[in-house]
Amino acid sequence: MKQKHKDRPLPTNRQIETRFTLIRTLTAAVIALAGCLVLILVVSEEPWEAFSAFLFGPLESARNIATVFETAAPLVYAGLAVSVMFSCNQFNMAGEGALYIGGLVASAVAVKLSLPVVVHPILALLLGGAAGAVVCFIPGLLKVKLGATEVVSSLMLNYIVLYLGVYILNYFLIDPAAGFPATERLPETAQLSTLIPRTHFHVGTILAFVLCAVVYLYLYRSKQGYAIRMVGQNEKFAKYSGIGVGGTILSAQLAGGFLAGMGGASEILGSYTRFQWVALPGFGFDGVIVATLAGNNPLLVPLGALFLGYLRCGADIMSRRSDVATEVLSIVQGTIILLVASKLFLQRVKHKYIVSVAEKREALQASASVPQPEGGESNA
Amino acid sequence: MPDILRSIFSVDFVYSALRLTTPVLFAALGSLVADRAGVINIGLEGIMLFSALTGVLGSAYSGSLLVGMLCGLVTGMFIALIMAYFSLQMKADIVLTGVAMNLVATGGTVFILYSICGDKSVSTSLSSLVFPTLEIPIIKDIPVLGDILSGHNLLTYLSLVAVVAVWFFLEKSKPGLRIRAVGENDHAAGSVGIHVRRVRYGALLLSGALASFGGMFLSMGMLTYFSKNMTAGRGYIALAAQALGNGSAVGTFFASLVFGCAEALSVSLQGVGLPPQFVQMVPYVATVLGLVLYAALRKRSKKTVRKHKRRKRGSQ
Amino acid sequence: MEDYILSMEHITKVYPNGFVANRDVSLSVRKGEVHALSGENGAGKSTLMKVLFGEEQPEEGKIFFEGKEIHPEDSISAIKMGIGMVHQHFMLVESLTVAENIVLGMEPGRFGCFNKREAFRRAGEIIEKYKFTIDPRERVGNLAVGDKQKVEILKALYRGAKLLILDEPTAVLTPQETEELFVQIRRLQEQGHTLIFISHKLREIKQICEHITVLRGGRTVGEAKVSDVTEQEISRMMVGRDVMLEIEKPPAKPAGTVLQVRSLPLSDRPDGPTASFDIRAGEILGVAGVEGNGQSELAESLAGLRPVERGQVRINGKDIKGLSVRKIRELGLSHISEDRMSYGCAADANIEENLFSTTIYQKKYSHFGLLRKKLLDRRTDELIKEYKIKCAEKKEPVRMLSGGNIQKVVVAREFSGEPALILANQPTRGIDVGATEFIRKKLVDLRSNGAAVLLISADLNEVLEVSDSLLVLNSGGVSAYFPDASAVSEDLLGEYMLGLRQMTAGEIGGAVHETKA
Repeated sequence: MKQKHKDRPLPTNRQIETRFTLIRTLTAAVIALAGCLVLILVVSEEPWEAFSAFLFGPLESARNIATVFETAAPLVYAGLAVSVMFSCNQFNMAGEGALYIGGLVASAVAVKLSLPVVVHPILALLLGGAAGAVVCFIPGLLKVKLGATEVVSSLMLNYIVLYLGVYILNYFLIDPAAGFPATERLPETAQLSTLIPRTHFHVGTILAFVLCAVVYLYLYRSKQGYAIRMVGQNEKFAKYSGIGVGGTILSAQLAGGFLAGMGGASEILGSYTRFQWVALPGFGFDGVIVATLAGNNPLLVPLGALFLGYLRCGADIMSRRSDVATEVLSIVQGTIILLVASKLFLQRVKHKYIVSVAEKREALQASASVPQPEGGESNA
Repeated sequence: MPDILRSIFSVDFVYSALRLTTPVLFAALGSLVADRAGVINIGLEGIMLFSALTGVLGSAYSGSLLVGMLCGLVTGMFIALIMAYFSLQMKADIVLTGVAMNLVATGGTVFILYSICGDKSVSTSLSSLVFPTLEIPIIKDIPVLGDILSGHNLLTYLSLVAVVAVWFFLEKSKPGLRIRAVGENDHAAGSVGIHVRRVRYGALLLSGALASFGGMFLSMGMLTYFSKNMTAGRGYIALAAQALGNGSAVGTFFASLVFGCAEALSVSLQGVGLPPQFVQMVPYVATVLGLVLYAALRKRSKKTVRKHKRRKRGSQ
Repeated sequence: MEDYILSMEHITKVYPNGFVANRDVSLSVRKGEVHALSGENGAGKSTLMKVLFGEEQPEEGKIFFEGKEIHPEDSISAIKMGIGMVHQHFMLVESLTVAENIVLGMEPGRFGCFNKREAFRRAGEIIEKYKFTIDPRERVGNLAVGDKQKVEILKALYRGAKLLILDEPTAVLTPQETEELFVQIRRLQEQGHTLIFISHKLREIKQICEHITVLRGGRTVGEAKVSDVTEQEISRMMVGRDVMLEIEKPPAKPAGTVLQVRSLPLSDRPDGPTASFDIRAGEILGVAGVEGNGQSELAESLAGLRPVERGQVRINGKDIKGLSVRKIRELGLSHISEDRMSYGCAADANIEENLFSTTIYQKKYSHFGLLRKKLLDRRTDELIKEYKIKCAEKKEPVRMLSGGNIQKVVVAREFSGEPALILANQPTRGIDVGATEFIRKKLVDLRSNGAAVLLISADLNEVLEVSDSLLVLNSGGVSAYFPDASAVSEDLLGEYMLGLRQMTAGEIGGAVHETKA
């Protein structure tokens, strides 16, 4: 073994860390799924049927696969939104409310304005995004101006936004003919056209994946994205460097809110015939899971979202075919977050590996030249 | 308008404010204990939800209120233990840990409920036992005051006792001293042989225990069954209440009372013709306003404190 | 055969980032002595003590304490064995009283209740026994530094420490407090305690210690009886060459004034003293003083991190009052912060990201809204080469570098881009000799090319070697100004630093080079 690796250069510590992040995430997913299997074994009469439906159901037909993508789309939006906000080290949970209000505003634009095709959904998406931006902006503003903790204020804001939305739905947008609280049917002009028949795989689904690249460029290749990440990593450093901390935090919240709002709009315009949300859709929290899985990297968000979409799709199929409720999924999700967030999860393995590489490196150096003791007590 | 005023300045209103304070107060005290140890317990919401469910299940299946209570209590502490393990042992971010636990709770309670009752929203098919209400002798005969103070649920009284107990615990007991030391300077506490992690474990467990009573009050006091998502953000409201209480048990009580009043207001406004959505919004708006107010006040006082701090910092 | 209380043998410690902090280090301490553990910053002293105190686990090596092999797993088990540590950064809970801090963790009282009265009594007893002068009822937050240190020592004694580790105890003390500490150390010795005295101050080692062990670059250089070696010999063991880093320094040719500081308060006291001085292009003004005498306030005010409320600061003629950090930097300021890890860098960000934090907003780095990757990469490679930053690759997170290399990243960022005014606050603190020499040389080069430099340093050698002129701070005010730093003796400087002497306003006024209109 050792001989084989000899001429390959030793990995740098950064490469080791990247590898371990991947391994950790995968291990976390496997452990969570195993836990889920145990739960299914406990509650189900026919656990194997249930579990196989859960794991393999989504792959059974092309339609199911399309459904995975369709399920993943709002998760991509939410994941991107949370990634941008978390990159700035803001635990802003208002993505949930932003997504909700985005859907509501988009449907209002859809039913209240008559506009030509193309223009109609674009305007609805943009206004939905703008509404979402406003929602996420509020906890950011309270944090920047007053130092009010954004976690609690944003969670409370979600409820406020929900009730405000339900009020608007009930008093201004309701279609009495529907028989339940919902808007009128969304006009054809406003809908995002379905690309695969008999599924909800629509233009917005594609847009979600395209946005990942855009958000990546924003976060990693623009100066504002750079500022966002530096503020997120070390606020004092950012301030010392002359980066406007408050403004940067706020722009990250606006950007995140816009993405979430647009996600809500895309979901409503592509997958629904009427707006009918009278409870929070929950995508905002899913965004936290996706962002955690992706390590806040927009390019990895689709993977996280597809993984989650796959699980969700599988859970749905399982609940239709067996006696296990879809909600078992939330336990899987929670476990994954816990494990991925655990800094010491698999840390020992990593440390051993780093030590062994360091020793090899030392040996190489020793044979090459006299070792030069390098100062600095390493974080001491 | 007079209708509103009449409903606010009524005995019923004050009574229901006290009643609605109970769940928030329990959770806020839980948050206080954790906070003084330097841990933010975002998972209170999930703890309450789980305990609300297991309390009902335990009492319904055993036919004993005590067993039900123990079930709820143990559940709350168990969830707190999981949080403690991941945040303290595995060094996961405490906020993410709490968010994860709340996620697990929202779905997990429904999953359990469905697996046991075959129902996804309420546990009405089970006959849960309920904590008794108490008439307090003498006080109950005093006009007005008696109507306000007497006839509450056992847990409401227990929550008031808990305020005093938590105060005594934090300020006068050995573990309390250690919790405060750990919360203020964990390195210092660690350097004198205090197991920082163990103290935080303890604080989180106690926090979970307190919050579990808040959850059980919802399903075995206020209502007589578990219903999906019945905490409705009270765990988060409790965090805000604790922050407003400024680190003391008594302060936390008064802050919780404010939120109890906000909820009571929301209940009593239901009859006066306002859109119900605005009425439902009241507690949440109150929480945000409370947070803003607290932050604004603290920012002002910080400006003066900072000057002292700076002078001290030079000496380190 | 002498009676050793402690012997650490062949200790090797590798940090998770691969840094080998201790390599085959050995240390033997005799019972009842004061043993000096010495070495430069980064030599591995702290790591070795962390291993002894159970805060770090060694990869290899054995520890014998009182004849038995021990494996301290954490500080708690070390304390139980009778090892006490007085940390350089005090481990005290400021809102609690002296007594509460002393008994914390071993509180008196029954049934979980804390018996405050008994705590006061016990604290009083131990204070009495070792003849400390301190009020057990005082809140620790209100104590002076020297008294806080006493509380630290008392804490260890209360726990029955037989071996006391004092981690650079005099670094934060005034000379008087230091003398007092030495008296206490003698008293502890008389009562049978053994002490490890971590320090690199040769005079103090000579004064108080019996034996000395010197570390360098993570290895043991040797052990000696203090009375058998001269200070020069010790310093040669520590550094491996002469301590004085001679820097080639052409004479200063000061030109026009770059920085004007007028009546700038250096403390928060409204009636406190203020400072007024100028720095001209091509000149290094050193600022000496015991830490905490207004240096941080001065640096923060100039850097825009602290609002200038009274007084005036002008950079190239422009008043900086109310300007943002970026605007001030655009006036030509560059700033090396004293707190490298909090302000100087983003530890998790990579080298490249750290190199451009102050300039990336500039037009030349963006193209149609996107950053010019290639340009940035190229500049990074250049800077890594020019500043000899030792790293695996330019995308390596800064936290993986050694302290000296992290500081080189900071310096590379701050020194590139032709700054008009360099504010260097403790630029070489805690880094290796090589990097120190490199940075000092760069400072002199930049000043020779016309930059104005304000050098704040706690390292006397550094201020005396590098500066052209010198300002001394004491209690938030200026106590002396020397137009020629090379003519100042260390002794004289010490007296001004400690407030034993004070120049007249007229003499200090020499720091203002106003050209008469």
